Amino acid sequence: MAPLITIKDLGVAFHGVPVVRGVDLALRKGEALGLVGESGSGKSVTWLAALGLLPRNARVSGSVRLDGRELLGAPAAELDRIRGGRVAMIFQDPASALNPVLTIRRQLCEALALHRHLSGDAVKAEARRLLDLVGIPDAARRLSAYPHEFSGGQVQRIMIAMALAGNPDLLIADEPTTALDATIQAQILELLSTIRREMSMAMVLISHDLGVVAENCDRVAVMYAGRIVEEAPANQLFADPVHPYAQGLIGALPPLDGPRRRLTAIPGTVPDSARMPSGCAFAPRCALAEEPCGRMAPTLAPIAEDRAVACVRAEASRRALLGIAAE
Amino acid sequence: MGRYFAIRIGRAALTIVLVVTFAFVVLRLSGDPALMILGPEAPPEVLAAFRKAWGLDDPIWFQYLDYFGAIAKGELGRSMRDGRPAIELVLERIPATLALTLPAFAFKVALGIPAGIYAALHRGSGIDRAVMVTAVAGFTVPSFVLALILVLVFAVQLGWLPSGGQDSWRHAILPIATLSLGGAAVLARFTRSAMLEVLGQPYIRTASAKGVPWRKVVTSHALPNAAIPTVTILGFMVGTLIAGAVVVESVFSWPGVGRLLVVAVANRDLAVVQCILLLVALTMVTSNLIVDFLYGFLDPRLRAKGAHA
Amino acid sequence: MSGPLVEVSSISRSYSMRSGMFGRSTAVHAVDRVSLTMRKGETLGLVGESGSGKSTTGRIVLGLEPPDHGEVRFDGKPMATPGTPAWRAQRAHMQMIFQDPLGALDRRLPVAAQIREPLDIHGLGTPLEREERVRELLRAVELTPAHGVRYPGALSGGQRQRIVLARALATKPDFLVCDEPVSALDVSIQAQVVNLLADLQAQLALTLLFISHDLRVVRQISNVVAVMYLGRIVEIGSADDLFARPEHPYTQALVSASPAPGRRSAGRIVLAGDPPNPAARPQGCAFHPRCPRAVARCASEVPALSHVGGNRQVACHLVTGPQAETRDAA
Repeated sequence: MAPLITIKDLGVAFHGVPVVRGVDLALRKGEALGLVGESGSGKSVTWLAALGLLPRNARVSGSVRLDGRELLGAPAAELDRIRGGRVAMIFQDPASALNPVLTIRRQLCEALALHRHLSGDAVKAEARRLLDLVGIPDAARRLSAYPHEFSGGQVQRIMIAMALAGNPDLLIADEPTTALDATIQAQILELLSTIRREMSMAMVLISHDLGVVAENCDRVAVMYAGRIVEEAPANQLFADPVHPYAQGLIGALPPLDGPRRRLTAIPGTVPDSARMPSGCAFAPRCALAEEPCGRMAPTLAPIAEDRAVACVRAEASRRALLGIAAE
Repeated sequence: MGRYFAIRIGRAALTIVLVVTFAFVVLRLSGDPALMILGPEAPPEVLAAFRKAWGLDDPIWFQYLDYFGAIAKGELGRSMRDGRPAIELVLERIPATLALTLPAFAFKVALGIPAGIYAALHRGSGIDRAVMVTAVAGFTVPSFVLALILVLVFAVQLGWLPSGGQDSWRHAILPIATLSLGGAAVLARFTRSAMLEVLGQPYIRTASAKGVPWRKVVTSHALPNAAIPTVTILGFMVGTLIAGAVVVESVFSWPGVGRLLVVAVANRDLAVVQCILLLVALTMVTSNLIVDFLYGFLDPRLRAKGAHA
Repeated sequence: MSGPLVEVSSISRSYSMRSGMFGRSTAVHAVDRVSLTMRKGETLGLVGESGSGKSTTGRIVLGLEPPDHGEVRFDGKPMATPGTPAWRAQRAHMQMIFQDPLGALDRRLPVAAQIREPLDIHGLGTPLEREERVRELLRAVELTPAHGVRYPGALSGGQRQRIVLARALATKPDFLVCDEPVSALDVSIQAQVVNLLADLQAQLALTLLFISHDLRVVRQISNVVAVMYLGRIVEIGSADDLFARPEHPYTQALVSASPAPGRRSAGRIVLAGDPPNPAARPQGCAFHPRCPRAVARCASEVPALSHVGGNRQVACHLVTGPQAETRDAA
């Protein structure tokens, strides 16, 4: 099947400092891709860049194709049709993601008018239907309320309703549950997966939470310091991570049951994007790093049919992991 | 809603009371009026008679209450210079002042707000920098310096405009320009930062992400939010309509309230000074009240606070 | 492990909050009859969502705010009145660290000077000894004296939290309250700080009250875990088996909501309804409107925290002692 969206060699730099380098990603129709990484790894910037949502001082290079049409450098009018239309996006902070001085109706109907060309009673009926769909009770009355009259979880539901207004083929959810309590997070994730199934919509779930991504995605890409370091089907990544950073992330997560073990913390900190080490950006923190790691940044190379990893020590890393498992 | 405004109206009344009290204290601190008006050589019986006539021999709290009672009845005293009621003197000067401050206010808004919005939208551009430099210059240069520069250039050097007086509309141009430029600069800087603050908010990105064209993002998402802080500074400017031209009126010998104040202070014409002070306080307080009402109108978060209960 | 260091008996705390500008003020019960016992050298984890009252409990236990009812005893003695010399002496033995290390540090001072500050305040040691103690503390939190001369802005989030921890340890406290200490940190850094805390706790025989919304982190570091919902403890038990066999329906939902790598969301308990609002606390069991198992009794009668076997206590009408004991036996 032809991919829905293809990102090739995407680079983003702010004031000459690269924050995303050589990112390749592709998404099929209806697929759920997870993008994990710590703060500053470039996971959000990648998709903001793809949709032309970065401020003007960002330098974006490479190619982003939606059904074969190039998005980078596309005219503003075409991007406006795609954003909120074929590709919708929701964000982390529900408290400030909606305009505080406009009613929910205004904000929801705005999206409907733009992408569905509805007006009059039809637009109001559709706005009500969308609010119902995302589980806002008493939708008809709540439409005239302002964002501050809703809880964080409800605002995120409204954001989802707004995203659905254009019947998108792809939803980019950028840390959609990070600011929410655990039980509300579960509600939102369930809502997203129901909607995705019913509308056969593809989704990119950007999260720092490995568990959230693992449970809700088919495929996962792990980002570190602006690059994708490993990409694999979700179940395989968590059962058998190959990149030392992916292993480190999983080892750093405390288990919820079973015996308690000491966490395998990754030493050091994420390098400053203005002072990236030459070669593999993870090498200074990597237990397996050897001399060649400092010479050249490894590229993402396939290690199995649907897996790829960017590590010259991938084989050694895999053996090390098997060794741990054998213990 | 009622409580929101009740609190604000109460606060406004308190401000007035404080200003009136302050005026009383200043009046008394500036020395014994009898001595000041009759002079130190006046015979004691004359001084005593004067004090009795003006109630200066009553206990201080009694004088204070008396003074308050008079103000409440609208009696603001008489000018010691020509014996006319102070309020009359002040009121007849107001049209002249408004003739400067009202057009100046209009220019400030018409120049400052668009310049600020434009600079914010084109942050870092040459025009943004030009606006910012002008704005910084505009409010760091004191108005009397600006006034003198304008006089030097347009009256002395070029001879296009008169340097003072109130004979024709041409006399008003330089004072209005002086008042407008400084205010427009303040407004431009303020609007720019309010706009930049709003443009950095996540909801602006949300609007772009749902495909709203940039022009509409600015007009229907950014501007209504940026208006909220801008209203504060506009309210302050409305508050200075009556007495915000003291320096400019003096430089251009424009017979408005500001010039009256300078003359009254110089002559120790305390009733007039007090009357102007009260008027300034009233306009300030009123414009603040208007700002509060506007807040309630512009920001649903404030409106809802009242409506819920 | 020996006798209790901190005994919290039935503390309550409510705030009055006005709804709207001229509304009646309503009492918000932030903490409602919470009792806890912390033995020396033990870590008690306190989990709950926002509005559960876990942070308020932490502040009351540390004497930062007084309880309306109930009492906190530290080392057998009641808490001294804040501001008195007795209170200051007591406070040197208890410290607190918060989520935001940058907010807790002064940006204009080198961090070593900030670690030293409590030593100066409490007049501990000679100036030379204080310098030595600062170096020792930096080493204890796995930093070097080179880090000490830097300003907070020049350190990473994890390093800042270590500095805050070093400062908290300066007076050699017996008791440390940690309120979401690793929540703002990335996973890999979080693991470093959790390991460090666990090591220091063991080395120094610290008693810890560890407050977090993160079940995994709480389990990792605690001996005993208490789950709070709307100001009350709904379940308390040993960290090893509380999350493995949660009894209270709320704990079960929390555990189920905690995403795990290698598990798909099938079979997850998704609670209906909004997050709890302390200003509109439901009658009876506060959890009953969201509880999938609630019965009529839950709406009218507040369940008491009662022993259900082992060291587990549960506040739920549907979880009773004998039943739980049969399960234990099975």
